[in-house]
Amino acid sequence: MTRTEYVYVTYISATPQRIWDAIVQPEFARQYWQHENISEWKPGSGWKHRDTESGEIKIAGKILEAIPPKRLVLTWAYPKDEGNAGETSRVTFELEPIDSMVRLTVTHDELVPGSNMEKGIKQGWPRVLSSLKTFLETGKPLPTWSKAKASA
Amino acid sequence: MDLVFKALADPTRRKLLDRLHGKSGLTLTELCEQMDMTRQAVTQHLAVLEEANLVSVVWRGREKHHYLNPVPIHEIYDRWVKKFERTSLRTLNQLKKRLEGESHD
Repeated sequence: MTRTEYVYVTYISATPQRIWDAIVQPEFARQYWQHENISEWKPGSGWKHRDTESGEIKIAGKILEAIPPKRLVLTWAYPKDEGNAGETSRVTFELEPIDSMVRLTVTHDELVPGSNMEKGIKQGWPRVLSSLKTFLETGKPLPTWSKAKASA
Repeated sequence: MDLVFKALADPTRRKLLDRLHGKSGLTLTELCEQMDMTRQAVTQHLAVLEEANLVSVVWRGREKHHYLNPVPIHEIYDRWVKKFERTSLRTLNQLKKRLEGESHD
């Protein structure tokens, strides 16, 4: 089966460590993502993506690589599909310092074309990355993010 | 943000973005199909889109694959569109309430 992929890039005026923390620390992530990522962040360990308000686990997977604060690779599936290779995609975060900024690249590949997961992440990543950038650069969370999600 | 508006202010570049929205990861050769211009001209347009960060690229061997990167567009949406949209939604909601109220009279 041919899989599809997306590559998202954003330049953020922050240190790689701050951006790394914003991804892996629940109390940090919930402020701009309204979700939090829970894991020991070691290769082989599991991770969960939890809706902060409802506590519901939305996405689950395994950590494939974790090199703080440079590169994080994880598998990505609905909890019901965990362990099912056919329904599992992969997300790679790459943090590359450029002058006083960081080029953050999020590659989401191994997606099944036309799947609900593909539709969901296409809506989600631009919003999350834009919100992350605003949050790190201005210190202000975007309270309307969850509303936008509900109406999308 | 100037770079984004400048990049979008051209029909050829908007067409290239539409092509990448339709299919992710196209190569230059694939993008040149259906474009009525030289390979060099397409390359130049892609360079403008890349500079504006509207297109991200991944090298695989000697092939460059292009991806639509909508993050800067979302930043514009967050800053310029969302606040107006909320107002218009509220107006529509008020109009709806008024019209529905009238229909009960």
